[in-house]
Amino acid sequence: MADPMRIRAQASGDKAVVRVLMSHEMETGQRKDAAGKTIAAWYIQEVTAQLNGHPVFSAQWGPSVAKNPLLQFTVKSAKAGDKIAITWLDNRGDKRSDEATVT
Amino acid sequence: MPTRRHLLAHSTQLAALLAGWGLLPLPAQAAYNAAAFDAKTLAEVAKALGVAAPTESKEVQITAPDIAENGAVVPVGAATALAGVKRMALLVEKNPSALSAVFDVSDAVEANFSIRVKMSQSSNVYALALMADGRVLYAVKEVKVTLGGCGG
Repeated sequence: MADPMRIRAQASGDKAVVRVLMSHEMETGQRKDAAGKTIAAWYIQEVTAQLNGHPVFSAQWGPSVAKNPLLQFTVKSAKAGDKIAITWLDNRGDKRSDEATVT
Repeated sequence: MPTRRHLLAHSTQLAALLAGWGLLPLPAQAAYNAAAFDAKTLAEVAKALGVAAPTESKEVQITAPDIAENGAVVPVGAATALAGVKRMALLVEKNPSALSAVFDVSDAVEANFSIRVKMSQSSNVYALALMADGRVLYAVKEVKVTLGGCGG
């Protein structure tokens, strides 16, 4: 579907700062196209993350999150070599998962 | 003597009722709270999230630019060092959909999140901390949006 997420997770001490750039239109459902028709809302509703298979993060988003969302959060008890997986689910039922290694 | 079927049906109904009141633990509340994202004001959002009226607090920090050059991409952050936070939320007051995002806080993550939001016009941006004891604390910052031009 969309382009893969760009995930960067950097360990510092026993925490890791995770930054994720997702590729998604995030249409609010407020815009109209050139013909005057309203463009349907299409946006990520849920985001979850797992560290080595264990859920560590979850969030619910609305249509006002920017296009190609850039998310940042900090996971405790993470070290270099751990696997961080991010999954998003949008209002059309599409989902996408990508994984990265903590450096 | 109630049958197992009767008992199960009854507990499911009770669970649904409790979930509607926001009283069940987080995993059971996985359903997307559409009402909260449709709400238009801080008070409506609090009600839709099933929490108390928010009070301002210095313990919650909001990060946002004073002036956003591009209203389509405004970086905002919510953080707090308080213990006992269950969720954090970001609201853009003047947006058609005031609630931008809700972050669940577990033991595995810090209560410190940032994302980029869309702002339709200059507005107050709120960072909320929903506490386990039912309190809702917030920090607010006015963010001016310059549409086009060179800012300032």
